[in-house]
Amino acid sequence: MAQITLKNLAHSYLPNPKGEQDYALKEMDHVWQDGGAYALLGSSGCGKTTLLNIISGLLRPSHGRVLFGDRDVTDAATAERNIAQVFQFPVVYDTMTVRDNLAFPLRNRGQDAAYIKRRVDQIAKMIGMEAMLSRKAQGLTADAKQKISLGRGMVREDVNAILFDEPLTVIDPHMKWELRTQLKQLHREFGHTMIYVTHDQTEALTFADKVVVMYDGRVVQLGTPEELFETPAHTFVGYFIGSPGMNFLDARVSGTHAMLVSGAGVDLGDDHGTPSGRVQIGIRPEHAVLTEGQGLPVTIRRVEDVGRHRILRAELEGQPFNIVQPEGQPVPALPRVAFVPGKINVYADDWRVAPQGRAA
Amino acid sequence: MEKTQNNRAWFLVLPVLVLVAFSAVIPLMTVVNYSVNDTFGNNEFFWAGLDWFDEAVHSDRIHGALLRQAMFSVIILAIEVPLGIFVALNMPKKGFWSSFCLVVMALPLLIPFNVVGTIWQIFGRGDIGLLGHTLAAIGIDYNYTSDPFDAWATVVVMDVWHWTSLVALLAYAGLQSIPQAYYQAARIDQASRWAVFRYIELPKMKGVLLIAVLLRFMDSFMIYTEPFVVTGGGPGNSTTFLSIDLVKMAVGQFDLGPAAAFSIMYFLVILLVSWVFYTVMTNLDRQEAK
Repeated sequence: MAQITLKNLAHSYLPNPKGEQDYALKEMDHVWQDGGAYALLGSSGCGKTTLLNIISGLLRPSHGRVLFGDRDVTDAATAERNIAQVFQFPVVYDTMTVRDNLAFPLRNRGQDAAYIKRRVDQIAKMIGMEAMLSRKAQGLTADAKQKISLGRGMVREDVNAILFDEPLTVIDPHMKWELRTQLKQLHREFGHTMIYVTHDQTEALTFADKVVVMYDGRVVQLGTPEELFETPAHTFVGYFIGSPGMNFLDARVSGTHAMLVSGAGVDLGDDHGTPSGRVQIGIRPEHAVLTEGQGLPVTIRRVEDVGRHRILRAELEGQPFNIVQPEGQPVPALPRVAFVPGKINVYADDWRVAPQGRAA
Repeated sequence: MEKTQNNRAWFLVLPVLVLVAFSAVIPLMTVVNYSVNDTFGNNEFFWAGLDWFDEAVHSDRIHGALLRQAMFSVIILAIEVPLGIFVALNMPKKGFWSSFCLVVMALPLLIPFNVVGTIWQIFGRGDIGLLGHTLAAIGIDYNYTSDPFDAWATVVVMDVWHWTSLVALLAYAGLQSIPQAYYQAARIDQASRWAVFRYIELPKMKGVLLIAVLLRFMDSFMIYTEPFVVTGGGPGNSTTFLSIDLVKMAVGQFDLGPAAAFSIMYFLVILLVSWVFYTVMTNLDRQEAK
C-alpha cells in the first residue's frame, strides 16, 4: 500500500494536442493519501475514467508522472502496479465457475491453494454468492456478474489501491446500499486506498471521507462532504452537490454588500472585497428562508413535497430560484425570501472568492 | 393488434419452391433413381434394389478413398485452425496495416480453384517451378508426380495456403468483437498471455471457430478441383479423394448406378459428420451455461 501522487499530470487522446480544449485531463497535481476513501465525483465525460485508467496503468498519461510512494510507476505495466479496478459494466470470465473467477487474481499471483480457498469463501460471503460458487459465470444476471467483478476487485489483500469505476450502475437499489456498506466496512477493516468514481452524489457522500469533484478535465475541489456543501469552490460544485443545487444570482459585490441586477441589496455578512469578472452570489436552497416582512419579493411557481421538507420552485429577479422549506411551515400570501448571513458564497468567473479576514 | 390472415401469401413462396425443385430436389431424385437401377444402354433400366449400395459399402476402392479423405480433412483442420487463430491473434487490430492485412489475407480466397491448382502444379515442378527447382537445387528430392508423400505434402500445403485465410478472417472477426474491458480486467487481474487467450479470447471466438471448422470440414471433404489439377489423384491412387474417385467412376467409367449409390452415401456422410460436429459443439455450449 502506498500514497499515490500525480505530478503535473495531464492527458490528451490526440497525438498533437493544440490547446487546452484538446486535453481530456488538464494539468493537475494531486495526492491520494494512503488508506483514504475517496469519491471522484463529476458529470459524464469530465475525465473521471481517464484519471482512473491512468492510475491503474491501463492508460499512459501524455504528460506528467504517477508515483506510488516514492516509486515512479508512470511506465510500469498494470500488473506490476498491483492494483485492483472494478469497471462500470461487469466483466466475468464466462467459462470459469464463480469460484474460479474470484480466485483468478490470486492464482495469477501464485498464492497457495489453502489461502485462496479461505479468501474466496470470505469474499463470496461478503458479496452474498456462497450458494453459487460452483456455477459457471455464464448466464448469470448482470448484477450477479457485477458482484463477481466487485469480489474479484477485493480478493487481493495486498493491493496498492482499489479503484471503482461507477461499479453499482447495474446493481438494483437494495443491493446497492448493502454493497456500499460492505465496501465501507472493507475499507475500515483493511485500510486500502479506495477511489470510487461516481456521478451520484449520494453514493459519493456516503462512501467517502474525501470527495474530489471534477469538472471539464479538472479537479475543482477536494474536500469533506461538509466543505463541498457549505463552501463549494466552483459554481459547478455548488450546482452538482445538493438537491436541488445551489442558486446563483448575478450581482455586483463590494465589501459586505452585494447589489443584484434589479438594484436590490443583499447583506453578505463577510467582507469579500471587490471581485471583478462575472460576479455571482450563491445561496443554498437550505439557506434561503421564506418571510413575510423583509427580504426580496419572490414568486412561487411550484411546490414539491418530498417528505421531510418541501422544495419551492420559485422565481427571483426573473430567474429560477429554489427554496427548501422545513415541513409544517406555511407559504405566505406575499412571499419574500431572506438569506442566512454568512452562508452566502461569492463567485467571480465561476471560482469562489474567499471572504477576507476569515479562512476559506 | 389484429393480424390479417391471408393464405394467398403462400403463393409468394412458390418461385423459391420451383427454383429449389429444379436446382436441388429433381437432380437429387434423378441420382436416387440411378442408384436403384441398372442399365445396359439404350436408356433401358432394370430395378437393382440396394445392390449398388451393398457393393459400395464393401468396396475396397471406396474404403481407400474414404480413408484418404478422412486423413486429408483431419490433417488440414489440425493445421489450418490453430494456424488461422495464430495469424488472427498477431494481426494488427486497427489502422492502415489492419486493412492491408485483411486484403492480403482475402486474396487466396478470391482465386478460382482450378487456378490455385495450376499455380501449385507449376510452382512445384522441378524444371520450371520456383518451389520444385529451389528444392532440387538445395538437394531435396522432391517430385509430387512420383512420390506419394511429396504429392500429399503438396496438396496439404496448397490447401493450407488457400484456406487458412478463411479461418484467420473468421477468428479475427471474433477477436474484434471482444470489448476492451475484458483485456483491461485481465491486466488488472495480472493474467498471463496464455490465460488471456484461454479464458477470454478462445471462449469469445468459439462461435466463429465452430463455423470455421464446419466450413473447412465440409469443403475439404468435398475437395476435387485443386488436387485433380495438381496430381490427378496420383501417383497411383495415393491422392484420390472421394470426389475424384466419384468422378472417375461416374464420368470416366460411366458406371452410373454405383456412382449414384456412392454419391448418396457420400452426401449422407457429410451431413452426418456436420450434424455431429454441430450438436456436440452447441451442447458443450449449453452445458457450460448451466
